Amino acid sequence: MQGEVEDIELQLLLEALYQRYHYDFRHYARASIKRRALQARAQLGYSSISAMQEALLHDPSVVPRLLNYLTVQVSEMFRDPSYFRALREKVIPHLKTYPSLKVWVAGCSHGEELYSLSILFHEEGLGQRTIFYATDINPDALRAAEAGIYPAALIQKYTENHQKSGARSSLSDYYTADYGHAAFDKTLSRNVVFSDHSLVTDAVFAEMHLISCRNVLIYFDRDLQDRALGLFRDSLARRGFLGLGSKESLRFSKFAGAFEDFVREDKIYQKLER
Amino acid sequence: MTDTAIKAVAIGASAGAVQTLLRILPSLPARFPLPVLIVVHVPPDRDNALVALFADKCALAVKEAEDKEQAVGGTIYFAPSDYHLLVEADGFLALSMDEPVNHSRPAIDVLFESAADSYQSGLMGIVLTGANHDGAAGLRAVAQAGGQAIVENPATAETSAMPEAALAACPDARIRDVEGIVSILLELA
Ligand SMILES: C[S@@+](CC[C@H](N)C(=O)[O-])C[C@H]1O[C@@H](n2cnc3c(N)ncnc32)[C@H](O)[C@@H]1O
Repeated sequence: MQGEVEDIELQLLLEALYQRYHYDFRHYARASIKRRALQARAQLGYSSISAMQEALLHDPSVVPRLLNYLTVQVSEMFRDPSYFRALREKVIPHLKTYPSLKVWVAGCSHGEELYSLSILFHEEGLGQRTIFYATDINPDALRAAEAGIYPAALIQKYTENHQKSGARSSLSDYYTADYGHAAFDKTLSRNVVFSDHSLVTDAVFAEMHLISCRNVLIYFDRDLQDRALGLFRDSLARRGFLGLGSKESLRFSKFAGAFEDFVREDKIYQKLER
Repeated sequence: MTDTAIKAVAIGASAGAVQTLLRILPSLPARFPLPVLIVVHVPPDRDNALVALFADKCALAVKEAEDKEQAVGGTIYFAPSDYHLLVEADGFLALSMDEPVNHSRPAIDVLFESAADSYQSGLMGIVLTGANHDGAAGLRAVAQAGGQAIVENPATAETSAMPEAALAACPDARIRDVEGIVSILLELA
């Protein structure tokens, strides 16, 4: 009973967020968005989801705070090192044949994945000819990504991951440590365009050679996954590459036929010619 | 209490999980009609070895839960390491990378609370051995939704803290030794 009321409240909250501010969470995987809405309610101190919805409708300053609960900012540099190793060993040799490259990191969170790729491309001699597009819907996350500053306590893990990805340099070449933080080198973000872009509501904006979108689709329902995957297909150049998170796949998608496995165990796909 | 109404079984276990599950899962017959969803706390970097371990020993199909797959009867699903496992309203499974809950990812509470939401009174939740309190809030949610709450007897569990915490949160839960849990499950078969 209580659960049923909460489901209605949640639906109304997401509807309000969409109609008033155009953030569309209506087709996110429900169980997990519900957990996060309940968490937001408790932590932001509202008596109910409806009370939070009322505040949201009348006070735009609630939006960024709510977004920080509804979007999940969990990331890591070189997370799943084997993914980055596979890019390095199997995808990079193809990319080297292009005079200029475009890489899209969709759902970039605080930039961990972006800097990982940027370092990898520098190590492989492609840094100069690559433009990265780092997009997200969370403005706080985008700002953090642009800054590229991480708690020093995380660096050891990042360094281990980087080494396991087949590193050709030391991670410490790319940051300066200071007061408990590691600030990544601006040369890594010089060729990066940071921008607000939603896989739910926005369109194709450039032709990409590689799209890395990890642990974002997992939060969508099947229809929304299809929407995003259609967008990726349309954004990719001929024979372009798509990398997903280690527990994501095209298996249940109607666009499965638009791609073929390139490195199966690391969820790297290549767009088929049509 | 009509056991026939049960649509799924959710199990949570931590320290001592493998030994305990080895005394339970291989006893389930191939005709077991329900999905069995399991969260075991395993270190994030360890690739989940549970599937390989149990696949050989069980009559049921054993697999790692995949995002967006339908949970079907006669199958044991383990949460992958470093992801939460959730159940959606229609009985589809979902994974998430949300922050750890009770210092754990996967967390038992996340599975139990979402499964209770989905299966309502059709869920049986079982909290086994463990050294923390994950699963306590989840089991309470199972009971509140009208489902069946079962806790391994802390006196005979490999590690008692987790069953004790579950009982404190959900005092009406049935308390059973491992053998008793096996019989309850066999009644569902
Ligand atoms: C779990 S993080 C993944 C970060 C990183 N890609 C990784 O795998 O480590 C998910 C990110 O997706 C973003 N996101 C959520 N919905 C989105 C949408 N509709 N369009 C683009 N990004 C979205 C969130 O703000 C968050 O930064």
